[in-house]
Amino acid sequence: MAIFLNENSKLIVQGITGAEGTKHTQRMLKAGAKIVGGVNARKAGQELDFTEFHPDAVLTVYGSVGEAMEKTGANVSVVFVPPKFTKDAVIEAVDAGIELVVVITEGIPVHDTAEFWAYARNMGNKTRIVGPNCPGVISPGKSNAGIIPADITESGSIGLVSKSGTLTYQMMYELRDIGFSTCVGIGGDPVIGTTHIDALEAFEADPETEGIVMIGEIGGDAEERAAEYIKANVTKPVVGYVAGFTAPEGKTMGHAGAIVSGSSGTAQAKKEALEAAGVRVGKTPSESARIMREIIQNG
Amino acid sequence: MDLMEYQAKELFAKHGVPVLPGAVAETTEQARQAAEQIGGQVVVKAQVKTGGRGKAGGVKLAENPAEAEEKAGAILGMDIKGHTVHQVLVTQASDIAQEYYVSFLLDRANRTYLAMASVEGGVEIEQLAVERPEALARIPVDPRSGIDAAGAAEIADAAGFGSDVRDQVIDVLQHLWTVFTAEDATLVEVNPLVKTPDGKVLALDGKVSLDENASFRHDDHAQYADESAADPLEARAKEKDLNYVKLEGEVGIIGNGAGLVMSTLDVVAYAGEEFSGVKPANFLDIGGGASAEVMANGLEIILSDPDVKSVFVNVFGGITACDAVANGIVHAFELLQERGDSVSKPLVVRLDGNNATLGRQILDDAAFPLLERVDTMDGAARRAAMLASGTAA
Repeated sequence: MAIFLNENSKLIVQGITGAEGTKHTQRMLKAGAKIVGGVNARKAGQELDFTEFHPDAVLTVYGSVGEAMEKTGANVSVVFVPPKFTKDAVIEAVDAGIELVVVITEGIPVHDTAEFWAYARNMGNKTRIVGPNCPGVISPGKSNAGIIPADITESGSIGLVSKSGTLTYQMMYELRDIGFSTCVGIGGDPVIGTTHIDALEAFEADPETEGIVMIGEIGGDAEERAAEYIKANVTKPVVGYVAGFTAPEGKTMGHAGAIVSGSSGTAQAKKEALEAAGVRVGKTPSESARIMREIIQNG
Repeated sequence: MDLMEYQAKELFAKHGVPVLPGAVAETTEQARQAAEQIGGQVVVKAQVKTGGRGKAGGVKLAENPAEAEEKAGAILGMDIKGHTVHQVLVTQASDIAQEYYVSFLLDRANRTYLAMASVEGGVEIEQLAVERPEALARIPVDPRSGIDAAGAAEIADAAGFGSDVRDQVIDVLQHLWTVFTAEDATLVEVNPLVKTPDGKVLALDGKVSLDENASFRHDDHAQYADESAADPLEARAKEKDLNYVKLEGEVGIIGNGAGLVMSTLDVVAYAGEEFSGVKPANFLDIGGGASAEVMANGLEIILSDPDVKSVFVNVFGGITACDAVANGIVHAFELLQERGDSVSKPLVVRLDGNNATLGRQILDDAAFPLLERVDTMDGAARRAAMLASGTAA
């Protein structure tokens, strides 16, 4: 088991013909992801040769997500299209009724994200959206939808949910001796599809996952809300890490959403909320990893 | 990107939100001319991106152009909460019968938009929200359907606007919504919205934040980018498209990925507690790519910061493997030497992740005298803090 993505997931890539789309299609295929096609309305009908990366991977470019799903049975789309076209790409995927859309694209106007999120919600939340501006989802040894390096760690019993890409990789590396069921990079934009809470809920229900690492950062109150959720609903051990204790007020730290405004969004407040919910929070990534390892090994 | 009041009002006027005539002035002479043009009583208002201008003496009434010139002289150059006043807005004065509050903003928690309105404006709205939450109406707005006349009426009625101004407020809300959507704003706020003694509703102040991610569809927003106010190092970093924030400390930081760099700042600050309290000197995210040129540009900025005593390069090799990053560092040293800015401060490099062994070997082979390699994040942070504090041998 794993969450959101497993060995049966059939992936398509929206924006497969772009530089990023091509590069990461290659990497995902090498990691064992079942990629069954791509989408680009202007290049529909083209056949792309990825056999260097997987012997079966001659991929057809379809004109729409709906057509790709119909022809291939795809249930996951990974989006690499440029920011100005992302809103339409996601709405197209939601319209087609796909199960999961992973939006890697960085730099999307927040009005566009708010709009495609509202669209998915108004359609009854049948499509899970991960991202935007995120590294994606990996279930090591099973499948990889996005840009998370596949060779950091193997399959194991820890679930990971994180706002940050490289911190995700760092944590996967620190705990590679135990391994991960699924790692979900939810992204650091002000508006995102899948939240910490959504991932926590899925990890709680996943029999393979024994412990959960949750990585947060300054800005918003998602960690505080996750803490409330954990207190009420999560029985598995959760270890936290929050980045940005030294971030000054009013300065955006790399991610559009990572900003302390007044007294809200501080790392300290998030740490306190998590600890009040029984989550052990490490001071550094390696300390959080140490705590998780102890819990699993003494489990 | 936060706008000045006068810029916010320009956008208000462009989209039909009623504002009083005014002009921005950078000199006392310009302030006098603006007052002459407007005629009658004017208000001279400091243009800074912070609240509490009135209390700080940054807003003054002037009876005539000569007085406007004098008041502008007192305000220009003033320091308001660390912001130097470079511009004043000279605007027609208005009597106020009543003050209100209206805004549209992005509601991150609920992933939607929020309208807020109150008939008790003119005060700090955060304070009102805490002390008298019932006085502040909050109405979620669906990003797909937006605000029409009926939606605006719902907001106005929830806030309890009287029949004397209701129609005008509904009109203002619709125009303000246009500012919010057409300009890709994350906040549009009018505080106060006022009723004049003759019953007119006007936006007397304005706050607008624009989404920089949307600049590709707003060529005119480039004029709002505030280069002058930024720290000189931040301004230079921006020219080179570097994601850099200047902080008050001694350990220069370069890393890849926003979260990892934020974490690096924290780890260095903790380590610094042991070494005479040294702190991180900056935030610099060179991104997943971590190319040689970006590394060189980043190093150049950080090394030119006189506060920096040591530099910590913290990279986790993911998509860009560590050998490529190590080659980038070596190449960056060469580039800097070509530019005549040789590396003059100790550098601690931590490389981990994809191809770490190869990357470390490349650094060892290069054998730069000021470069040290430490293989854990915590250990490297400690070493960089030690070097910055001057306690290291």
